[in-house]
Amino acid sequence: MNLYSAGKVAFRSLRANKMRSILTMLGMIIGVAAVIIMVAIGAGANQRISAQIASVGSNLLLVVPGSTTSGGLRSGFGGAPTLTMTDARAIGKELTSVRAASPTMRSSGPVVYGNQNWSTILQGGAPEYLEMREWNVVSGRNFTPQELEAASKVCLLGQTVSDYLFGTEDPVGKIVRIKRSPFTVVGILDRKGQSPQGQDQDDTVFLPITTMQKKLSGSAHMGAVGVIVVQAVDADRVKEAERQVVELLRQRHRIAQGGTDDFSVRNLSEMLALAESATRIMSLLLGGIASVSLLVGGIGIMNIMLVSVTERTREIGIRMAVGARERDILSQFLIEAVILALTGGAVGIVLGAGGAMLTSQLAGWTTVISPAAVFLAFGFSAAVGVFFGFYPARKASRMDPIEALRYE
Amino acid sequence: MGVAAIEVSGLVKTYRLGDVLVEALKGVDLSISAGEFLAVMGPSGSGKSTLMNILGCLDRPTSGKYLLDGEEVGGLSRDGRAILRRSRLGFVFQGFNLLSRLSARENVELPMIYDGTSAADRHERALSALSSVGLADRAHHLPSQLSGGQQQRVAIARAIVNTPALILADEPTGNLDSVTSDEILGIFQRLNDERGITMVLVTHETDIALFAKRVIRFLDGRIVEDRVVENRRRPPAPRENAG
Repeated sequence: MNLYSAGKVAFRSLRANKMRSILTMLGMIIGVAAVIIMVAIGAGANQRISAQIASVGSNLLLVVPGSTTSGGLRSGFGGAPTLTMTDARAIGKELTSVRAASPTMRSSGPVVYGNQNWSTILQGGAPEYLEMREWNVVSGRNFTPQELEAASKVCLLGQTVSDYLFGTEDPVGKIVRIKRSPFTVVGILDRKGQSPQGQDQDDTVFLPITTMQKKLSGSAHMGAVGVIVVQAVDADRVKEAERQVVELLRQRHRIAQGGTDDFSVRNLSEMLALAESATRIMSLLLGGIASVSLLVGGIGIMNIMLVSVTERTREIGIRMAVGARERDILSQFLIEAVILALTGGAVGIVLGAGGAMLTSQLAGWTTVISPAAVFLAFGFSAAVGVFFGFYPARKASRMDPIEALRYE
Repeated sequence: MGVAAIEVSGLVKTYRLGDVLVEALKGVDLSISAGEFLAVMGPSGSGKSTLMNILGCLDRPTSGKYLLDGEEVGGLSRDGRAILRRSRLGFVFQGFNLLSRLSARENVELPMIYDGTSAADRHERALSALSSVGLADRAHHLPSQLSGGQQQRVAIARAIVNTPALILADEPTGNLDSVTSDEILGIFQRLNDERGITMVLVTHETDIALFAKRVIRFLDGRIVEDRVVENRRRPPAPRENAG
């Protein structure tokens, strides 16, 4: 019996028991749809994490100013201004494994243009900062090292700030007031989206850190900086860079052997890699749970095929009497099981894709339906059909034709 | 008659029913020539159905020899017997045994589905087999739309579609009235006369057995009588639109 006529025979007997076939397929449909949705959600989460990693910039280290002890009270990291501009410059110039370093400083304050005002994050840094964060200037230009040196009153606006203050107007060349001082807008930053912590990274104004120190903060510690952002030469040398930075700063700060660091170095990509592996585990878990329902669907197929084989004992006897071999009967029932599983799988894929899209619409989650997941689900349903259809089909093919013909 | 189509010697078949061993055939010797029309009679449990199952290669003898056209077939594998059944044997059962979801034509095509005959060929041969039993116009009917006699004729068409050497009919008229029975036996006689197909017919009705050329009688797993039919019955003149 060739595949075509076997398929036709199988299809007819499935159609003869329409309701039963549909209910059996429902098990597969739910199973496959669940797998598709879960994998889509997992892949979506992964993609989001990857995008965040890219948005932070690659191979970055953060050097955070450390704690001091004053009057028996130890402040946490960042509590004391222990890092200086010269520290940052030394890290950027002296270390072999470091490509660039930028001192940064953050504060907040209102930015005014005309009759519009917007309170935002003021981010001070060196010109290299943008490059390290892989943050492009979409309009205008970055400020120059000379402007950094001269503490010029220039700034670049994030998209959010630009939108709120200028609307459709082009801000480049305009004067804005930051904490009452006039600043020239020299450029507009590219859209960056949310940070891993969910902050709007575009709600910011970027300006030379020197300007910020001298004109805006009026800080008691002149020359002190917040976080120093360090970029390693490449991904393999992030660890080395971390070690070199620690060594250099201990030397510069004259910390004795065994003394406590007055700074700390944080490896950003490591943190994000951890987050990524956490979501990967989560999506594996989700997929695993969904696979259980696929298994249950398969057992449903086996169940129905067993019933069907018993019901059609006489048919099997007749087919054997007119010359069907074992493999003819086997393939007939196996094909029926595979058709059930594959049809269920195909409908499940469509429903799963729809469900995933609905999820991202309603819940606002990123979902990704990869062709690999679809092919895998389809192949898996075929495998389920073969696996769970085999036992009933073999039972049918091993029947004694005389007994089968006598079956009422 | 010519060469022996079937040569059976010392045929023994024992079944195990629980703890009891039942001897259904206790050493049967039988020779059936090609072109013969044999009726097998006997009370139920006498072993005639067991013999039919072995002759039809649905079952294997416990011991003894079975030569079909000079070839030993008693020891064939399941698949070997299946191939033999579809190429050399035809079956007609008491209960017709048609597949209810298939049309008459598709039922007749069934043996050919398993031997790789092309669809066009299957169509043509099924239709010609159906017309040889007078059912060309019922090809697309389902078994449930046909009378008992018509269903049995579809079964006969299915039995002859692969031009078998031997047709085995197990109580083929058991579910039919006497007029229809006579018609069915008439068809058997015609196939036997015109095509030279060897017929083996199991029946417990004496007047049905009289359509055959030779009658054997079973009792307790042995042949107790073997005689030639003197006054063979012939069916009455065929009616128009029979069925």
